[in-house]
Amino acid sequence: MKRTPVIEMKGISKRFPGVVANDNISFRVYPGEIHALLGENGAGKSTLMSILAGLYRPDNGIIKVKGKVVRLDSPRKALEAGIGMIYQHFRLIEKFTVAENIVLGAPHSPAKIKRELIERETEKISQNYGLTINPGARVHQLSLGEQQRVEIIKMLYRGCEVLIMDEPTTVLTPGEVKELFQILRAMSRQGKCIVLITHKLNEVMEIADYVTVLRRGRVVGEDRIENLDESRLTRMMVAREVEYSQVQRDKAPGQVILNVDRLKVRGDLGHLAVKEASFDLRQGEIMAIAGVAGNGQKELVEALAGIRPSSGSIEYQGEEIAHLKVRQRISLGINMVPEDRIGTGLVPNLSLIDNSILRNYYKEEFLSSFFIDYKKVRRYTEGIVDKYNVYFSDLKHPVNYLSGGNLQKLLLGREIEQTPRVLLASYPVRGLDVAAAEDIYGLLLKEREKGTAILLVLEDLEDIFRIADRVAVMYQGSISGILEVNKTSIEEIGSLMVGAQLTGVENG
Amino acid sequence: MAKIKLIRREKESPLARVLVPVASVLMAFAVGWIILALAGHNPVLVYQKLYNGALGSPYAISETIVKAIPLMIAGLAVSLAFRMKLWNIGAEGQIYIGALAASWIALNLGQSSGPLVILPLMMIAAFAAGASWGLIPGVLRAYWQVNETIITLMLNYVAIYWVDYLIFGPWKDPNSMGFPLTPIFSAAAQLPTWGDSRVHLGLLLAIIIAILFYLGIQYTRWGYEVRVMGQSPSAARYAGMNVTKNIMLVMLISGGIAGIAGMIEVSGITHRLQQGISPGYGYTAIIVAWLSRLNPLAIIMVAFLFGALLVGGFAVQLVGVSFSITQVLQGTVLFFLLAGEIFINYKIVLSHKEVL
Repeated sequence: MKRTPVIEMKGISKRFPGVVANDNISFRVYPGEIHALLGENGAGKSTLMSILAGLYRPDNGIIKVKGKVVRLDSPRKALEAGIGMIYQHFRLIEKFTVAENIVLGAPHSPAKIKRELIERETEKISQNYGLTINPGARVHQLSLGEQQRVEIIKMLYRGCEVLIMDEPTTVLTPGEVKELFQILRAMSRQGKCIVLITHKLNEVMEIADYVTVLRRGRVVGEDRIENLDESRLTRMMVAREVEYSQVQRDKAPGQVILNVDRLKVRGDLGHLAVKEASFDLRQGEIMAIAGVAGNGQKELVEALAGIRPSSGSIEYQGEEIAHLKVRQRISLGINMVPEDRIGTGLVPNLSLIDNSILRNYYKEEFLSSFFIDYKKVRRYTEGIVDKYNVYFSDLKHPVNYLSGGNLQKLLLGREIEQTPRVLLASYPVRGLDVAAAEDIYGLLLKEREKGTAILLVLEDLEDIFRIADRVAVMYQGSISGILEVNKTSIEEIGSLMVGAQLTGVENG
Repeated sequence: MAKIKLIRREKESPLARVLVPVASVLMAFAVGWIILALAGHNPVLVYQKLYNGALGSPYAISETIVKAIPLMIAGLAVSLAFRMKLWNIGAEGQIYIGALAASWIALNLGQSSGPLVILPLMMIAAFAAGASWGLIPGVLRAYWQVNETIITLMLNYVAIYWVDYLIFGPWKDPNSMGFPLTPIFSAAAQLPTWGDSRVHLGLLLAIIIAILFYLGIQYTRWGYEVRVMGQSPSAARYAGMNVTKNIMLVMLISGGIAGIAGMIEVSGITHRLQQGISPGYGYTAIIVAWLSRLNPLAIIMVAFLFGALLVGGFAVQLVGVSFSITQVLQGTVLFFLLAGEIFINYKIVLSHKEVL
């Protein structure tokens, strides 16, 4: 039986300055299919789907919807063709209610909005697919998982037949991921198509019917999920074997170097982002911080580095340092890799040379009388890029020409070169491809061997099991539990992430 | 079907950097040609006058330089602030208040001291006055996030009205027959000039400031901090830089340099404080700074071009072209220069491929 695909993209190419994001790609989605679009960062997944969603126009190629050639000039046109996309950052108005967000901008919504009518409509859709939500709630009161549901309902309300979701599980707890998958299955049973943009293999294996793998802008493989396994998918994605780093946990724990007691930190909006955090950090250990993004991880790390004011106590080798400024902490050996790599960790329009001294430019060694001695700085930069394998075309070019992996190697290398005793890093492998991520983990493990105490904010729970000695779970600004990694499970961490209390004896 | 597309250049082309402004000016003159013809003038004659008036003789060139000097200094002043993304549009007021302070020194100490004492004193006073005019919005911005654009703009009026008050009132020359002018400065308070032209020592000063600016920003520790803070305040905080202090410092220096532009105008050109010592130099300087991409050495060149436009504009009025037409011509040049900017970063591509 030959079925007509709901979506057929043929020979799609899209160039951006310096890169071919999509190179002659063909892509099909059939009714009721959950189709995973898999690939490393920069493989061209988001570009391809943005073309389908009407955000970009392709340089070449045609798009057919249910067999008919269409021109998708705008997101609205795409919606009219039944294609909707949910981005990683939700496009909701926080002050509006769920129902208001759902009708806002929908083509057939009435000029005068009747609340009851909308709420009834919303109810109908939610019940249909098991999307439980209170239509009267305001969006800012909702968790990220619930906001995602609002986005899904929004698309269904607009009559979406094909739903594209960009990395939908990044912001979710393990429990929420399960619920999302149930919803997606319900939608698929009713004939809707779902395209998942992702790089997480385990999720692909769990939910997808069909997989298309992209590498460097081309389709390198596609098949039904039954014919695939994780290692085959990895090989397709990165075109080589990847050796995953694994921490050796046979060492006796080192001395406590950092002792944090009842730390309180305010967020950018003045609210208490970290309500109470107490923990210690030992030499030669990696402690991961797990938690859904936005539960105070960022503020905690910034407070430890001295970038953000805090109250409570931070003891470094028995001495109170909570009052010390950034530079004093750097000189003690507290270094940091911020979450915002380019913009905070590195200055986008400055050169590699300028960026290599961002955190120690004021040191004697780089100065000669009034001036920065750029000859010395250049040599210093050359040392870093050599040692940490940063690929670049010219040291004088702005760093925003570098790829994510090279940016992170430069940034982490720069911090490691300052011989940290405590190294703080937020999402160090976020957005990196598998090989670059392993390079970064390799560097961190080497630092751990040297006896550095490392605090890592991580999003991927599987990474925690490979890299960390201990894990502290943050929920709503508090540490809801500290666990030895080899004595816990993903389920236990997952339940702490949503606020469950640790039962039994705390083993941290 | 061929389509015209703009595609971002992967790297800025140095050739385009030079050719685009030249082509822009030429195209502006082509459009100006039509405007002049429609207004019933002979474009050839007008352009001849324009050229002769601005660049056609040693005298013309010297007058162009005279107009360019305050634009250079004020352009440097605002671009320092712009480097930090501080929108100091108050150079006009800083020029006036600098002129006021310099005049006070000239009027009170001018008779009793020599030029080696009086000129540096005038400069220091002008710098301090301009600096204070920059520091007010700087402090408000640094501590309370008050928008510096509005404060610097409003302070322009305050400075201009102070000057008006003084020249209509207490500082008015009793022998001026009612004109709002101060008495003429003593010879010691006048900047030396080059030969018998009006080109004065301010030119040298502008070039020195440009070089100091360039070296300071590119090679000193403080310059490094300014570059980082201008690009990314969060990276600056991460590096432990004192952003608050530097906002105030940069506004102070920016205002101070603009103040010096006021001093050289009263001391080098008018030799007295009077109305209209700056016909909007402080505003034109903003355009000069942007067209130069905040590059101090480019500012010297671009200011010269703008000086030529101003002086050439006066010259064409002598052949009967009205003031408003010369303003339209100047505006056309400016319009094309600004519009041409896009071709430095983008190139035009004709695409023949069928696009869906």
